[in-house]
Amino acid sequence: MNIHEYQSKELFREAGIPVPEGRLALTVDEAVNAFEELGGKIVAVKAQVHVGGRGKAGGVKLARTAAEVRAAADAILGMDIKGHTVHRLWIEKGSDIQREAYVSVILDRSAKNIGFIVSAEGGMDIEEVAASTPEKILRFGSNDYSFPESEARKAAAELFDGQGVDACVNVMRKLFQLFLDKDLSLVEINPLVLTGEGAVVALDGKINIDDNALMRQPELLELRDMNEESEAEITAKEKGLAFIQLDGDIGCMVNGAGLAMATMDMINLFGGKPANFLDVGGSSNPEKVVHAFKYILDGGNISAVLINIFGGITRCDDIARGILKAFETMDIPVPVVVRLTGTNAEEGKALLEGSSLIPATSFAEAVKKTIALGKGEAA
Amino acid sequence: MSILIDENTKIIVQGITGRDGSFHTGQMLEYGAKIVGGVTPGKGGQETQGLPVFNSVREARDAVGCDATVIYVPAKFAKGAVQEAIDAEIPLIICITEGVPVNDMVGLYHQVKAKGLTLIGPNCPGLISPGKSKIGIMPGSICIPGKIGVISRSGTLTYEIVHALTGLGIGQSTCVGIGGDPIVGSNFRDVLALFEADPETEAVVLVGEIGGDEEEQTAAYIKENIKKPCFAYIVGASAPEGKRMGHAGAIVSGNAGTAESKQKAFAEAGVPVAKTIDEVAEMVAAKFNLNS
Repeated sequence: MNIHEYQSKELFREAGIPVPEGRLALTVDEAVNAFEELGGKIVAVKAQVHVGGRGKAGGVKLARTAAEVRAAADAILGMDIKGHTVHRLWIEKGSDIQREAYVSVILDRSAKNIGFIVSAEGGMDIEEVAASTPEKILRFGSNDYSFPESEARKAAAELFDGQGVDACVNVMRKLFQLFLDKDLSLVEINPLVLTGEGAVVALDGKINIDDNALMRQPELLELRDMNEESEAEITAKEKGLAFIQLDGDIGCMVNGAGLAMATMDMINLFGGKPANFLDVGGSSNPEKVVHAFKYILDGGNISAVLINIFGGITRCDDIARGILKAFETMDIPVPVVVRLTGTNAEEGKALLEGSSLIPATSFAEAVKKTIALGKGEAA
Repeated sequence: MSILIDENTKIIVQGITGRDGSFHTGQMLEYGAKIVGGVTPGKGGQETQGLPVFNSVREARDAVGCDATVIYVPAKFAKGAVQEAIDAEIPLIICITEGVPVNDMVGLYHQVKAKGLTLIGPNCPGLISPGKSKIGIMPGSICIPGKIGVISRSGTLTYEIVHALTGLGIGQSTCVGIGGDPIVGSNFRDVLALFEADPETEAVVLVGEIGGDEEEQTAAYIKENIKKPCFAYIVGASAPEGKRMGHAGAIVSGNAGTAESKQKAFAEAGVPVAKTIDEVAEMVAAKFNLNS
């Protein structure tokens, strides 16, 4: 789960990482009030959206007067940045920047540790820096949750000098602790700056929280911004379904994430377009199938639905019961192709006999049939 | 032969009295797995399905002896359960549990490596050596004994691949579901090394998916270290960027972790890459003329 910059900075502040003073604004008037409250000097007006590249897109502007703040806020609120509409602004006191650096802590899948990525090239797109000048990136990590003090100190000395080094190590230590305490997958400060007063301050903040750990971080769950999330994906998850809306017309209902991806790939391979990813999960509750139908059809523009089940823990007869129940309780106006294999497949097929469902034996046959029916051709 | 487990492997079940643990203990026993006991804290001294229940892994190990433990506890207890198995130095630890906080795995991963133990999972279906034993949740009925090793990041997709192989009369030595999380105890390379050393295994099928760079590293590893023929199948080519496709580890981040990159890496390492599940089985059949 991602959170906004201003929420990340609030967590930084609680963790003892210096951040500039700022205010959240939801309207132009609130932005102007924030400017006055912050002392009426230079501020940054920053779009709060869960996407990178806000600056380039015009979502971050400096303003020196109330009129400039009004103009900037008016321009940025409602702006579309890579498909994300701006509903919130962060108004922040300007900083006297001497040097800029990049610091992040990530879960490093390759090294299987908690890793630091550090660079003196602050304020840049770090992926570009990594691609064009990899020697400007320092990486080190921890296998046992202890802060890698000596490597952090060495890295900090590459970024800043004088008392900035100690301040930087301090920020890195606190950032590492925040990562552990809040079960993060990523925390990034870009840029981390050295100010004219010699302070090390986080001018930006990006946090990604491990979804698996949200169960033990209830207060972080409250930071979720539903404007930035697909409501269907979130509510489906609460019902035990993994659902992701795509832009095709072939609805899919599959058990298992890997098989669900394989089904989408196969639809593409045979010239169709999947409308969604949907994993009904391992349990055999017929009610889940009813919910799954609802999510698929609510996505709109569905020409046909493919149900692809390989029974393991999931029992095909339970899936069949769910399908029949869905047909009883809702209007399903498109052809539905069903392929059941594995545990209790024969029982499941017997249950569906005589219904309007179109049976298929193999995976490939099921995909081809669904695509043909979606185009209005005979299968 | 087979890898990791066979008919002599003595197994204990952590979470044996829970809903999933008790159901799959029954399934494993039915398949012929040699389960010698189980662990549920607070229920020591009881008996379930004819097996003794212990309060801790150490107690179980001391009383009945075991080579492997399988963990079916809920996600919030998984770290503790794996830690207990590590502390009791059980050589093979299989964690079926899905949804384990990823940072919990960092410390466990390095402890397991340091002690020379083997951890499979979490978020995995376990493993099966057809005709000998199974640990986990894979349906035994779709497997037949044979000479092909299977390694996969996914559950049902593994069943689909094995089903296709079996359909062509191609048996399996061992099928290992390594798990769909960003950090798992054993990766493709760890298991490949075991298959390479197993005289009974003649070829290996690798089932990968988007996210991370494990497949790319595996391709490079195969080029240098593996003589036996390998075949690959990668899912997720049609997944959108930045979305977790069900598995916690299945996510394309920017240009990293794509199906295309993984397919390319395998192809460059001389590993044939199938476009469909059926094609994987057909490739294996063609190579060995096993289609009987």
